[in-house]
Amino acid sequence: MRSCKKRVAIVDYGMGNLFSVQQACEHVGLEAAITSSAQAILSADGVILPGVGAFGDAMATLAQRDLIGVLRDVADSDKPFLGICLGMQLLMTESHEFGRHEGLKILEGDVVRLAETRPEDGRIVKVPQVGWNRIRQINGRPWDDSWLAGLADGTFMYFVHSFYVQPADPSLICATTRYGQTTFCSSLRRGNVLACQFHPERSGPQGLQVYANFGAALQRPVAESRVSTR
Amino acid sequence: MIVRLIPRLDIKGPNLVKGIHLEGLRVLGKPERFARIYYEQGADELLYMDVVASLYGRKSLLDIVTRTAKELFIPLTVGGGLRTLEDITQALWAGADKVAINTAAIQQPQLIHDAARKFGSSTIVVSIEAMHKPDGRYEAYTDNGRQRTGVDAVEWAQRAAELGAGELLVTSINREGTGTGFDVELTRQIAERVPIPVIACGGAGMVRHVYEVITQGKADAVCLASILHYGVVRNLPPSERDVAEEGNTAYLRSGKGFSRVEEATLPDIKAYLLERRIFCRGALRESANAIV
Repeated sequence: MRSCKKRVAIVDYGMGNLFSVQQACEHVGLEAAITSSAQAILSADGVILPGVGAFGDAMATLAQRDLIGVLRDVADSDKPFLGICLGMQLLMTESHEFGRHEGLKILEGDVVRLAETRPEDGRIVKVPQVGWNRIRQINGRPWDDSWLAGLADGTFMYFVHSFYVQPADPSLICATTRYGQTTFCSSLRRGNVLACQFHPERSGPQGLQVYANFGAALQRPVAESRVSTR
Repeated sequence: MIVRLIPRLDIKGPNLVKGIHLEGLRVLGKPERFARIYYEQGADELLYMDVVASLYGRKSLLDIVTRTAKELFIPLTVGGGLRTLEDITQALWAGADKVAINTAAIQQPQLIHDAARKFGSSTIVVSIEAMHKPDGRYEAYTDNGRQRTGVDAVEWAQRAAELGAGELLVTSINREGTGTGFDVELTRQIAERVPIPVIACGGAGMVRHVYEVITQGKADAVCLASILHYGVVRNLPPSERDVAEEGNTAYLRSGKGFSRVEEATLPDIKAYLLERRIFCRGALRESANAIV
């Protein structure tokens, strides 16, 4: 019998733990393939750009595998396209990680480093941020109709990063997170392009909710998606 | 700051084991069952450590990692006997999010740099096993506390951070498995000198110890083993069906071996910390992640 599951392409550019992204997709009923084939990416119902590692190396590998144009095409289509962690940062114009590196330029904005500061209790704010932190709504605007539907304001998600994105258009920001003295964009959306700095696939049941919402967006336009996790 | 509580599961073959001073291992059951219980109780991450680290054991460990990563959606760190970039690649492909390296890193510090470069710093946890010496210094050991190196543990911690480690797992061999409390001084000396997170490991015997290593030791995260495991063995014994597979844990449930620790669950510990204004995920009642 032919599977009627929606198909997700997880873009493989040799970085990070793609296994957990794949497992999270399958957990919410999606068929997920780890691939660097342009054809597989363009024919999927949705695309995830994951990633852990260095920005410059990631862009170099995407270029080597001829995927830069492919990913821009995905962004220009109406197909849900989710960037996670480094994958979020790669969507931007450029990064300041170890010099300057051009990004995919899908979204206008920069990638900058978290500040190491010394708060009053004498404890160093460690960079990278490794661990759980809260995501906050913008001006208390509920996420009901967004791809973060079903999550409460202040939900904990798992972060591992030293850099964060600063979109030129602040209206794209769906959630912010505070670390040390810095409040940064932890989730954004422009049309079919979704991105988060945290790792929903490592964020327990609440993270799986994000995958379920992404899965629902493959059936319907992103704005209307809302389902609950199993 | 939001601290992380990380159950540490020492693995020998297919079993969860626990020793004292990293020796004298006792079988406690199947690691997958403990991992699921901790996940449901709000564990922030899990650490699997292969305490035998034989080539044969690796396969068994990676099978456990894969089964866990399919079901539990929190970060998973794997360590024990990983010596090369190829070993690390295998662990990541099996479903690990991070790897912990010790022996190979000390023998060949360049491995930290190369691994951080290839997989990203955040993937590389350098594990430091430290023995407190009569002169007050700490010496780094390898091979699960069996092999001395002559290397100063605090200096090594700073070097490892410079080489690109994303986090440091700092285990006190003196305290490990004793339930007498963390080596707060060791943890503090390292945590104050490195710009990366420090995970304190070894010695938790009561909830207060966890609080102390965070406040006085400046730990960013805390590893817990006996304090959690013995409570599971005693209060959540395996089902009839699992008993055969888990081996005989009756002698554990009989009460022997518990005297050193005051068992606590993850929600117990988080509630205790929260009352003292130490924040962690899952213990905050107003949040969506509240664990009741």
